[in-house]
Amino acid sequence: MDRRNENILNNIDIWTIGLYIALVIFGWVSIYGASYNFDDSDFWDFSQRFGKQLVWIGCSVVIAAVLLMLDVKIYTTLAYVIYGFFIILLIVTLLVAPDTRGSHSWLVMGPISLQPAEFAKTATCLCLAKYMSSYGFTMKNIRQMVVMCLIIFVPMLIIVAQNETGSALAYLALFLVLYRQGMTGIVLLLGVCAAVFFVVSIRFGATPIVDSIPGENLGMFAIMIMAVVIALSMVYFYYKDKTLVKTISILGVSLFAVGIIVYNYLDVKIKFSYLAYIVVGSLILYLLSQAIRQRKWGYFLISIFVAGSIGFGHVSDYAFNKILQPHQQTRIKVTLGMENDLKKSGYNVNQSMIAIGSGRLTGKGFLQGTQTKLKYVPEQDTDFIFCTVGEEHGFIGTTAVVVGFLALMLRLISLAERQRSLFSRIYGYCVASIIFFHVAINIGMVIGLTPVIGIPLPFFSYGGSSLWSFTILLFIFLRLDASRKEYMME
Amino acid sequence: MINDSNDNRRYTISLIMVAVCLIYIIRLFSIQIVDKSYLEQSQNNAYLRKVIYPSRGLLTDRNGRLIVFNKSAYDIMIVPREARGFDTLAFANTLGITKADFIKRMGIIKRKSGYSPYVPQLFMSQLSDEEYGPVSEKLYKFNGIYVQKRTLREYNYHNAALALGSIGEVSKKQIEADDFYQQGDYAGQNGIELTYEKVLRGEKGEEILLRDSRGRVKGKYEDGKYDKKPVPGKDIELSLDIELQKYGEELMNGKIGSIAAIEPSTGEILALVSSPTYDPSMLVGRKRSANFAALSKDPLKPLFDRPMMAQYPPGSTFKTAQALVLQQEGIITPNTAYGCQHGFHAGALSVGCHGHESPLNLKHSIQHSCNAYYCCGFRSMIDNRKYKNVSEAIDVWKNHIVSLGFGYKLGADVPNEKRGYIPNSSVYNKIYGENRWKGLTIISLSIGQGEVLATPLQIANLGATIANRGYFYTPHLVKKIKGGEIDSSFITRHNSTIDPKYYDVVVEGMELVMISGTGYYSRIDSIAVCGKTGTAENPHGKDHSIFMAFAPKDDPKIAISVVVENSGFGATWAAPIATLMIEKYLKGEIPKRRKHIEQRLLEANLIKE
Ligand SMILES: [Zn+2]
Ligand SMILES: [Zn+2]
Repeated sequence: MDRRNENILNNIDIWTIGLYIALVIFGWVSIYGASYNFDDSDFWDFSQRFGKQLVWIGCSVVIAAVLLMLDVKIYTTLAYVIYGFFIILLIVTLLVAPDTRGSHSWLVMGPISLQPAEFAKTATCLCLAKYMSSYGFTMKNIRQMVVMCLIIFVPMLIIVAQNETGSALAYLALFLVLYRQGMTGIVLLLGVCAAVFFVVSIRFGATPIVDSIPGENLGMFAIMIMAVVIALSMVYFYYKDKTLVKTISILGVSLFAVGIIVYNYLDVKIKFSYLAYIVVGSLILYLLSQAIRQRKWGYFLISIFVAGSIGFGHVSDYAFNKILQPHQQTRIKVTLGMENDLKKSGYNVNQSMIAIGSGRLTGKGFLQGTQTKLKYVPEQDTDFIFCTVGEEHGFIGTTAVVVGFLALMLRLISLAERQRSLFSRIYGYCVASIIFFHVAINIGMVIGLTPVIGIPLPFFSYGGSSLWSFTILLFIFLRLDASRKEYMME
Repeated sequence: MINDSNDNRRYTISLIMVAVCLIYIIRLFSIQIVDKSYLEQSQNNAYLRKVIYPSRGLLTDRNGRLIVFNKSAYDIMIVPREARGFDTLAFANTLGITKADFIKRMGIIKRKSGYSPYVPQLFMSQLSDEEYGPVSEKLYKFNGIYVQKRTLREYNYHNAALALGSIGEVSKKQIEADDFYQQGDYAGQNGIELTYEKVLRGEKGEEILLRDSRGRVKGKYEDGKYDKKPVPGKDIELSLDIELQKYGEELMNGKIGSIAAIEPSTGEILALVSSPTYDPSMLVGRKRSANFAALSKDPLKPLFDRPMMAQYPPGSTFKTAQALVLQQEGIITPNTAYGCQHGFHAGALSVGCHGHESPLNLKHSIQHSCNAYYCCGFRSMIDNRKYKNVSEAIDVWKNHIVSLGFGYKLGADVPNEKRGYIPNSSVYNKIYGENRWKGLTIISLSIGQGEVLATPLQIANLGATIANRGYFYTPHLVKKIKGGEIDSSFITRHNSTIDPKYYDVVVEGMELVMISGTGYYSRIDSIAVCGKTGTAENPHGKDHSIFMAFAPKDDPKIAISVVVENSGFGATWAAPIATLMIEKYLKGEIPKRRKHIEQRLLEANLIKE
């Protein structure tokens, strides 16, 4: 080994490597638990998923080693070429891929099937990092903003066309990177609000606020409360206008206190949504008056946000129920885990929560899980692998995994921040964001907090494409980090 | 390391990550530590989902005779994960197989794509009542063995195999195309069983059973609250007259060809014979695949649905259609007469004809099937100055012929229907150059030879159109669906582009065919039959004999086409078969005078060994 390579090995961040190895091993143990069979009769040749995963892990080690050996300059030099190649590959895949349960995302070459969408994430991160670190790039240039968004949305849309909506959504995580690079936080806030309001308005659109009073809409009610809370926080953070916050809070709390008393003790059927409208109305009027009196645009914009949120809630409720076809509605409901019959995804979530819940503090022990074995959840060792952790290793196991991922993400951020090159820093944030999105959505889905979107848990879920793509994503960054002192890349 | 104004955002981002993870840990704490209900649920929460298959819709004929019904069959399923520690030898003995057999079968199961040790796998399929009865008690003792009851088809009549179709295990393609199916399910693979699969199959039911951690069934989940009852498939009343169908198959025995019979007033198919045929029960049960392989290798192609898929030049039967088009275009009237000197002669070109008086008017030209008449008429249409050029003339002609049901699929409810072929101007312009051809160049079209092709069903449909004096309904095999409706396309009247008044003379000509023309030998004394013989030229051997007819002349009840391959002239074989079919359908029996004809036909074997 020459001096340079030796130098790199010395500079590799062992914390990240350690966390990576720990997560991969824990992942393999879980797959083993999910697919292991006790029988050893001579004629039962049981599925060997854990065996195959071992092969994928072996390959990952080789891939990681190769990535660390490569000259660090190729990542910056070839970023656009790699991106272009993957865009073409995604389109080709869309055209030639066989129909696999409705999705056209697998390239089948003999015995090997690969999902280019998984690897395209790395390409997109490299490309985005290269573009945003290029000389003269600024968040204020509209043309550059458009190109930046295109870099993210083009692969995303192709993947949506491949019918892999889950994989495509992961690209949204890159907006965290844009935020770090100076994009206003409002975009992030509005994006999250839109997603949450949409889900809430559909999921609770037909639920009454109080069981005994039909005709009211819990979804809308929740959106109003959330909008008011967010608006008040903004007023507090930007203008420190304690009077406004206090006034509206007191108004809201007292109105509802009176409402609940009247409802409970006087048995009057109050429309709680009217109370919410009173609060929202007063807030908007107050904001507008502040905007005029103090000549501050911000108040006006916040009042727009409140009104817009209510409007958005109504529009998405209307669009969902009146414009979409029944089969489209069903598809969205299934994605949101609302089809609670025993057959659809609602069943899977219910089952996975039972499996996790039955693990208690310490779990049933390695290979002792019955829930994850006896009953049939199709994605037992892929999207729902976290169940096995919960059942066999209990709260200690699940917390360890969550903390492990958190440690990895925080470590990646701290590595990113110590880079001298902007390219490396942006790329590092890309890696952390993508891992964060996957972990948040996957675990959230399994414990019933987020919609059922089929994306793998990094390093855990069974499958070569997923493991390799995360390995590549991570080790390119480790390679960049190892050279942080040698190269000033710009 | 790089200074920028957004440095503090690293903390915001970190904070978001920490917050999400914290929420998840709290949630996990509540699920795993606080809430004890999940543990309870887990203890009685291993499901066995048992599919309950609906019974498939029955098929009856137009007179209510039951043709196809169901019988039970039992699939032995194994859940490998649960089939622990049982006596393999005893299990094999129970089913009457060897232990080696057992190991082999398990090997095959495990190599199937989509194999999972947790879901029931098909171990042995379609045990009959007799086979299953004795072992049912013993099977209970084996862990992980389930019996799946299914329905197979059984036949009261061993006829109409291709029209009825059969059911078979679903292909990978069918599973991917339709969520309804799972591996090992059965679905219609051809014929009515395929076309009306969604009507016949019903809806699956499901029973959810609880199991303990060792896989033993403990009872119904929540007292069957989530169980779903199967919805049986809808019964179908076919338009077939199964006795007529059977008679047709007997008449066609020993011959290659087809019979298509239609009720003109509705388009309902009365009989659809493809010969040689086979017994539909050959394709049921475990012998299905072996029999299917044997049938597909048979050089006489019994799996080829001749009335729907065979395409022949319609020969002289096509002259009736020509007579209609020529009248509509004003080229001829019923009184137009053309001379015939043993055929049509123009320069070097000659189309021969047989001896008959000359000249003939339209009615008699049909009666004697005069080639010269139609060559002259067709030529004067194509070369007529009233059209811009020959291309326009042939396209006008083509549109009329298409309106009579030729050239495109009729849209019957039998899969794989072929469309036949009617050429248009671009075909000839491509061969001869833009308008560098004339009536003489394509003269063989006039007598139904040359480029034109028709299926036997289309020829029968022409008979129905003439019988109706100008319209037809799309031929179809299904008369009624119990609790459903038949496709609206089957009750939509298709009018031809020929004025109804031009049909009468063609009908009279066809009547003369039977009274004193080419069909005389096959006449029926008590029924006014209208017919037309035809001969399809066969470049590969002896010509095909064709006959098209309908009866009675007024208020027709049946229109029919018969094709007997390699049998020569239409009058010899096809015509008597057609009139026997008509007589059988309208009278129910064959009178003494014609018994010897029936006998001759039943016994004739025209297939060379
Ligand atoms: Zn005559
Ligand atoms: Zn003649």
